[in-house]
Amino acid sequence: MIGASELFVPRIERRRRLGRLFAIGCGVLSLIGLAVLGILIVRVLWEGASWVTADFLTSFPSVLSPESAGIKSALWGSIWLIAIVVLLAVPIGVAAAVYLEEYAPQNRLSRFIHLNINNLAGVPSIVYGILGLTVFVRWCRFDRSVLAGALTLSLLVLPVIIIASREALLAVPKSFRLAAYALGATKWQTVRSHVLPAALPGIMTGIILAVSRAIGEAAPLIMIGALTYVAFVPQGPLDAFTALPIQIYSWSDQPQPEFHHLAAAGIIVLLGILFPMNAIAIGVRAWHQRKKAW
Amino acid sequence: MSRMLLRVRERTIHAALFASALVSVVTTLGIIWVLIQETVAFFGHVSPIEFFFGTHWAPLFEPRSYGVLPLVCGTFVVAGGALLFAIPIGLASAVYLSEYAPPWTRNILKPLLEVLAGIPTVVYGYFALTFVTPYVLRPLFPRTEIFNAASAALVVGVMIIPTISSLCDDAFRAVPRSLREAAYALSATRLEVSTRVVVPAAMSGVVAAVLLALARAIGETMAVALAAGMTPKLTLNPLTSVQTLTGYIVQVSLGDTPAGTIGYQTIFAVGSTLFLTTLAINLVAQRVLHRFREAYE
Repeated sequence: MIGASELFVPRIERRRRLGRLFAIGCGVLSLIGLAVLGILIVRVLWEGASWVTADFLTSFPSVLSPESAGIKSALWGSIWLIAIVVLLAVPIGVAAAVYLEEYAPQNRLSRFIHLNINNLAGVPSIVYGILGLTVFVRWCRFDRSVLAGALTLSLLVLPVIIIASREALLAVPKSFRLAAYALGATKWQTVRSHVLPAALPGIMTGIILAVSRAIGEAAPLIMIGALTYVAFVPQGPLDAFTALPIQIYSWSDQPQPEFHHLAAAGIIVLLGILFPMNAIAIGVRAWHQRKKAW
Repeated sequence: MSRMLLRVRERTIHAALFASALVSVVTTLGIIWVLIQETVAFFGHVSPIEFFFGTHWAPLFEPRSYGVLPLVCGTFVVAGGALLFAIPIGLASAVYLSEYAPPWTRNILKPLLEVLAGIPTVVYGYFALTFVTPYVLRPLFPRTEIFNAASAALVVGVMIIPTISSLCDDAFRAVPRSLREAAYALSATRLEVSTRVVVPAAMSGVVAAVLLALARAIGETMAVALAAGMTPKLTLNPLTSVQTLTGYIVQVSLGDTPAGTIGYQTIFAVGSTLFLTTLAINLVAQRVLHRFREAYE
């Protein structure tokens, strides 16, 4: 005979109640991240909104009078950096992805390059700074210039571009390539006119995310010695520079509250650039997923 | 175009694409070479035993001492605290996203969570220093110092939530439907399916996500440099100022330490420690992730 305690008692009601509690708990916990995001944005706007003026965008930073300080040099420094990063990292990154997905034979070297790129994506940004300091600033004698900063940032975002582009290329169906080959196209003609256009939205998303990462990075730039107080706009790639995140860092690090308002105003400008870029990247991805012809 | 010209063009393009792919390999070799070179020079002056087991870090002031343990301790207080905060939230978000959320909620929630990872870390540093410490920590614990590990850990935790939630969500969704349906057929509730079928089946994915988040937290620099302070010490008290590996490197590079001196070499020794730690964690995470993909895809 089986004792009552060994029988399976379903207790359905209790389990359902527990389940509802769990569902609510998970939902609430997943809102905590968003709540912090909300608080952060409100706080920054509260502290800095009244400081974002036309003068703020067009004045140089000032140590003595925070009221008249601005981000002209930081804004221009960031524009210089991003222009060079886009020129360098985008072609090299997309080309590397095309090689790995379309050309590379399945051998040890290719597997090693794959593993290597995944690892590079996980290397802390400050380590890239150490690399840039030694190679670009000291060996190449670019000094503490925009060029040294941009080269360092290019290496930093390269894995991001390569990984995103590879995923986009991988998603293009094999039949696209076979159709082109059947018509007598060469490998490069196939890639350029059929595979790349089909993968373009995915690649664009990756590029936008990579560029927004480069805009927000401060650690490697501080490492290579970008200056925190710069009262001029770089005229060429070998000039000294500062950048938005570095300017924000140096203002945040001051004890006086006026400088914290300036930092908040700088953050508003920085996020004002980054959020639309993120939105575009997400939009392109969503649009592409819906429009996809295959 | 003639056939010959076409062939030459194909070859040139092939070579150019291959060269682009090699840039990443050269980058890795460059990092390793640069770190080894100066680290070896550093260990010419300081014995590895003193570096790895010494409990006092003061390389820039007399009397100098080069024990890296206080920096390692600071790093792990911040990264550990960040994980304590991010794991429950990230996991719960992932369970909610993959098991409960209707598609429209999911389509809004997931990109919004990823915005957290897209905010520059210097912004988190500002937030920790000017909001978390004075308005959250100090009212709760009046003894909190202006610079403290807890505020850094909290904001780093927030920024790694998306790493955990996104990767775990992918892992949960890769668990075959048949496993869930078998459990439902045995009259399991959704809670039981989530916690006793889906999460255990995706465990290696969860482990990989946590490891990748840990590596990110260890390598995080600007938020920590702003919020955690610059006082290397061996303590587990999160309310006092500490210094992390990354924080130390920033401190040195903000000052003017001339190249070739031992103070300059310390950033490479500390950088090597940081690089090897995150590399080891990333390699293990990728191996685990690879196993998981083999099991279900």
